[in-house]
Amino acid sequence: MRARIAHIASNTFREAVRDRVLYNLIAFVLLLSGAAVLVGQISIEIEKLVVINLGLTAVSLFGVVIAIFIGIGLVSKEIEKRTLYTVLSRPVRRWEFIIGKFFGLAGTLVVNTFFMAIGVFGALFYVSHKFVRADALILVALYFIILEFIIICSLSLLFSSFSSPLLSAVFAFSLFVIGSFAEDLRNFAGMAHGMSRWLATGAAYVVPNLSAFNIISSIAHEQPVAGQLVLQNTLYALFYASMALSGAVLIFERRDLK
Amino acid sequence: MAAIEILGLEKTYKIGFWRKRPKHALYPLQLTVEDGEIFGFLGPNGAGKTTTLKLLMGLVYPTAGSARILGREWTDPSVKAQIGFLPEQPYFYDYLTAHELLEYYGQLSGVPAKQRKQRVDQVLHQVGLRDVQGLQLRKFSKGMLQRVGIGQAILHDPKLVFLDEPMSGLDPMGRREVRDLMEELKHQGKTVFFSTHILSDAEALCDRVAIIHKGELRGVGRVEDLTSTIQGKVEIIWQGTQVPAAIKAMVAECHVSGDRVRVIVEENQQDMVIDILRRERQRLVAVIPVRTSLEAYFVEKLRRAETTAGSTI
Ligand SMILES: Nc1ncnc2c1ncn2[C@@H]1O[C@H](COP(=O)(O)OP(=O)(O)OP(=O)(O)O)[C@@H](O)[C@H]1O
Ligand SMILES: [Mg+2]
Repeated sequence: MRARIAHIASNTFREAVRDRVLYNLIAFVLLLSGAAVLVGQISIEIEKLVVINLGLTAVSLFGVVIAIFIGIGLVSKEIEKRTLYTVLSRPVRRWEFIIGKFFGLAGTLVVNTFFMAIGVFGALFYVSHKFVRADALILVALYFIILEFIIICSLSLLFSSFSSPLLSAVFAFSLFVIGSFAEDLRNFAGMAHGMSRWLATGAAYVVPNLSAFNIISSIAHEQPVAGQLVLQNTLYALFYASMALSGAVLIFERRDLK
Repeated sequence: MAAIEILGLEKTYKIGFWRKRPKHALYPLQLTVEDGEIFGFLGPNGAGKTTTLKLLMGLVYPTAGSARILGREWTDPSVKAQIGFLPEQPYFYDYLTAHELLEYYGQLSGVPAKQRKQRVDQVLHQVGLRDVQGLQLRKFSKGMLQRVGIGQAILHDPKLVFLDEPMSGLDPMGRREVRDLMEELKHQGKTVFFSTHILSDAEALCDRVAIIHKGELRGVGRVEDLTSTIQGKVEIIWQGTQVPAAIKAMVAECHVSGDRVRVIVEENQQDMVIDILRRERQRLVAVIPVRTSLEAYFVEKLRRAETTAGSTI
């Protein structure tokens, strides 16, 4: 069982690695880090601030784009092209397929983030010629970004298990945008009355609370991160991803292949 | 022991915008395939052959019914390690090479790592893809993909193989090779269940066949038994411009074009017609079976089905 999941995951990774779009996106992020250096040069003071802010935002945005872009096709494309026939007629359970796909995609993103992060650190070193202890906070921010990717991966996979790539992309991207403003949604729910209060509260808890994962601007200002937030975000991401994946498995288990 | 026992498998799709209209792709099907048989599953387009195979593979779920494969419940995951499946018009991960794909499928089927490489090479050789094993599958032709499909179906040395139209898309040599391969599998004691509408293939290969039409089973039996009752037809061509009176009296169809005469007669009249031509000193050009006898059976079956149903094909 574990071997099969690992094989499916590594094949998913291989597919992503052989896709040229991926390289274009990574190249773009590296370019952006370079641009951040140029922008930062306008004023020596904010150089570092700009590099960290722009660099990490690029990493997170493009990672999300990659997660959605690949994730939405992972199941539906295989059903559409019928590549699944010769996989599911082997001793592969349907849930193993979903979980394997998830790990493959998550793995792809972790590796991607690693390379993009090198770009960000490179730019940072270029502007400040040294690393200080506070720069370790960037690692925490990157960790949160990866947690965010895990949530987005599981959501894309969930949508991919029942709808077309285009619709899945719309769903996943909407949830990403709403999720980024989840805090505001919760505040709104607290202030609203009657029907809209219920709706807003419901929505606020269903959409992923991604605002908690964005600590880019606070660490750019070298504000420390509470250990509790790290724990809380980790548990939340794992819980949310498990829920979304369970949903994906439940739907996919029942589906007739085309 | 029976290799496959289909116990009333049935599939009704819901079609139309509101998914209200039922579409019977397969009526309850009762069918047994014995161990070691080559079994042909025949039927015209849309008969329900692929639907049956997809149900057996667990790719779609039945509306009702069940099946046993190799003596076990057909949903039992352990069954899957012992069966091979070639889908119709197979398509594979096109970013992989033929070698990588088979390697991957070997992993999924649990072929031990030590034997995998050797097994993959052997199968690539068997299906005639050794020279292109390093090429990405996106660059493969239709027939080459079909060969990959056959390769992946036999890769893990399964006891039972399901082939959905194994000859489709293959050149004459490829068809020959697939026929040989199926016979080789039988020789090794394996069971082969394949669908086709190419009747001559079924006739040459199968121990038994089943005929299905519009989702309903119309007949099962040994090829000889099914065909013995029905006459085939032959086309006879000779050089000339005249149809001898003796032949004219016998045949329903005759065509003259240029210096060729073409007639179609019942199989049992063939010798008579040839004798007449000899006597008349005509030069015989060709004698071609128009339909194999199984095809005749097939057409007869369908014709009967149509007349009882009161519709036309
Ligand atoms: N997903 C589906 N939804 C609705 N109807 C379907 C679906 N799949 C198949 N059918 C119908 O089921 C019937 C049987 O189809 P099937 O693919 O099994 O035929 P077949 O015997 O394999 O034909 P062919 O020789 O053309 O491959 C057809 O009438 C088809 O329209
Ligand atoms: Mg078919």
